[in-house]
Amino acid sequence: MTLEEIKALRNEPWREELRKSMSPKDRGAIERVKMPELTPEYRVTTFTEEVQQGLSREQAVLEAKRCLDCADPSCMKGCPVGINIPTFIKNIERENFDEAIKTIKKTSSLPAVCGRVCPQEKQCEGVCIKVKMKQKPVAIGYLERFAADYERESGQMKAPECAPKNGKKVCAVGSGPSSLAFAADMAKFGYEVTVFEALHDIGGVLKYGIPEFRLPNSVVEAEINTLRNMGVNFVPDVIVGKTISYDQIHEMGFDGIFVGSGAGLPRFMNIPGENLIGVMSSNEYLTRINLMGAGRGQGYDTPVLKGKNVVVCGGGNTAMDSARTAKRMGAETVTLVYRRSVNELPARAEEVHHAMEEGIDFHVLHNPIEYIADENGRVKEAVLQVMELGEPDASGRRSPVPVEGKTETIPADLVIVAIGVSPNPIIPSAFKGLEISRRGTIVVGEETMQSAVSDVFAGGDIVRGGATVILAMGDGRRAAGSMHEYLSK
Amino acid sequence: MFKIVSKKMFSEKVACFEVEAPLIAQSRKAGHFVIVRLDEKGERIPLTIADADTEKGTITLVVQAVGASSTRINALNVGDELADVVGPLGHATDIQKYGTVICCGGGVGVAPLLPIVKAMHEAGNRVIVVLAARTKDLIILEDEMHANSDEVLIMTDDGSYGQKGVITVGVEQVIQREHVDKCVCIGPTIMMKFVALLTKKYEVPTIVSLNTIMVDGTGMCGACRVTVGGKTKFVCVDGPEFDAAEVNFDEMMSRMRAYRAEETEAMNNLING
Repeated sequence: MTLEEIKALRNEPWREELRKSMSPKDRGAIERVKMPELTPEYRVTTFTEEVQQGLSREQAVLEAKRCLDCADPSCMKGCPVGINIPTFIKNIERENFDEAIKTIKKTSSLPAVCGRVCPQEKQCEGVCIKVKMKQKPVAIGYLERFAADYERESGQMKAPECAPKNGKKVCAVGSGPSSLAFAADMAKFGYEVTVFEALHDIGGVLKYGIPEFRLPNSVVEAEINTLRNMGVNFVPDVIVGKTISYDQIHEMGFDGIFVGSGAGLPRFMNIPGENLIGVMSSNEYLTRINLMGAGRGQGYDTPVLKGKNVVVCGGGNTAMDSARTAKRMGAETVTLVYRRSVNELPARAEEVHHAMEEGIDFHVLHNPIEYIADENGRVKEAVLQVMELGEPDASGRRSPVPVEGKTETIPADLVIVAIGVSPNPIIPSAFKGLEISRRGTIVVGEETMQSAVSDVFAGGDIVRGGATVILAMGDGRRAAGSMHEYLSK
Repeated sequence: MFKIVSKKMFSEKVACFEVEAPLIAQSRKAGHFVIVRLDEKGERIPLTIADADTEKGTITLVVQAVGASSTRINALNVGDELADVVGPLGHATDIQKYGTVICCGGGVGVAPLLPIVKAMHEAGNRVIVVLAARTKDLIILEDEMHANSDEVLIMTDDGSYGQKGVITVGVEQVIQREHVDKCVCIGPTIMMKFVALLTKKYEVPTIVSLNTIMVDGTGMCGACRVTVGGKTKFVCVDGPEFDAAEVNFDEMMSRMRAYRAEETEAMNNLING
């Protein structure tokens, strides 16, 4: 969206009137809304009930009034998919919720998801003008979620308008956020879009990774259904590069391929005892429970190990999800072991806050160095190295260094390793001619998302090595734009 | 959905299915496996492909009832459907003209051994098959093995068929009798461990195909990890075949027991409805 378009929307008469209806001072005097939440005591007993309950209509309208409707909205620059944030918020303020969601859907295909899982404090809300004014930022994420939920709960979800079919076929590999964003935009441009998914369910990390207490499957499913209504065809149980080859994709008539195959191999630390029973990746733990229904008492065949004393290694969102899931699986203690301090935790602020409320023990400035087995080969203890913060490293964060000779041994009958993943190796090894980085990611043009094979574009974790839902979506959108340009030549 | 077009019981707990999966039938090679999920509640289980028919668009799977999902799969009949069959996964067997190749196995491992026997034989190798089982009734695919190899040795623990003795007895006889260039072994972990020890002694390069616990089968979960040559490998994407001499079988056997208590509970629930 160009600056002129943004300005034109801002200059519409209704909007000018709305701005004048309340002084900036009065807007500034309104307190930031508090999201209604289930109590920590109750929520650790339920897998599927969402911790955050969503804003009421009144709360949303009041929160929307806090937005100053700036002439040069910095929040938009903080959004990887460029949502016209002031326009949707002002529509909430005037209680035109249909127009609000329509505005969001022009650039985001998964608003109900993003409203829940984006790290807003590092993006839109982090650069909100109010932060500069020493006030709390507008709760943009909450409002986005409100608009999306309002539409879904009204039962009137509308598919965005699509251009007439242009007769060209494209496909996406994987059905996670980057592919979904890609598919939505290509469908809007008029392409016939097919999404191939290796697993049996559509949604990628939104389904197997993020637990339902943070992102209910029904919410994800509703957004996928919107894509279905736009004509996007989803095919599960197909592994591109294994079930069908690059050549077969062309024989099937596809003109362009978007690779959003995501994260693959979970990383481990290569320390003694890591292959003991009871030590597993967060991917395994969460997939068993979220995707396969293990441990949820509903007759699913897939088992999952339960622990009395669970240790989770890592400090990102996946570590928080694992720790909070373990609590819900009935663990007596859940200890999160992170090698830096609380200030460096990469997880969303809200997830850290929720985890602490739920009684997760944050054992920061510790790093596992060995796991010890019981007589059956199952882990029983974790040996931790005590760390301290040294000089800042390349990432700008102070790097953790071991405190010589200082270790601690804690009980652990289940250890969940959530220290990141390497890119999925299947496409990089199956498609000839791709340029692959040393980390195993597919190399693409920064703006075009085009790979060394001209009809193959890529985005999300397969390019970034580890990213957020919204960054992946931004990649999918950019890839769609540039593939459209490429195929229109 | 993937339809079952034929079913044969090899023994009380082992069933052989032909399943419609045309894309996989076309792209699979000896050594590949698939992940199967019976229905909404089913587990994702890895099964090595025993055969394929590209004209009919089917693959052959041999399933041993061990847990709840595999027990329920084996209760299916012709015309029933599996919710999901995905693959082919893993690396295909490295088929070359080695010279003389022993292909040995036991249990349901004999099923995935068959395509390797065929491919090795077609590549011009002298192929000697050694099949082992507890008793005569548990020997499977003997005719198919005869049709695709130069010789078949049968070993049974109780001596009810072939020679009395374990698999290593048969393999050692062959190695002592003639020069062997390559050995392929697929069977229970303990069997592969002892074949590996034996062939290491005689310096016969040996490949084993590992059937560890998996969830997604595409490299995402790491449930299948094993130590090979001191390094952690993922059976699903790095395997399923590895150099037998390098595999830490003891660790693998321990990891295979990870869910024993849960499996027993699931089976009890299944039986008691």
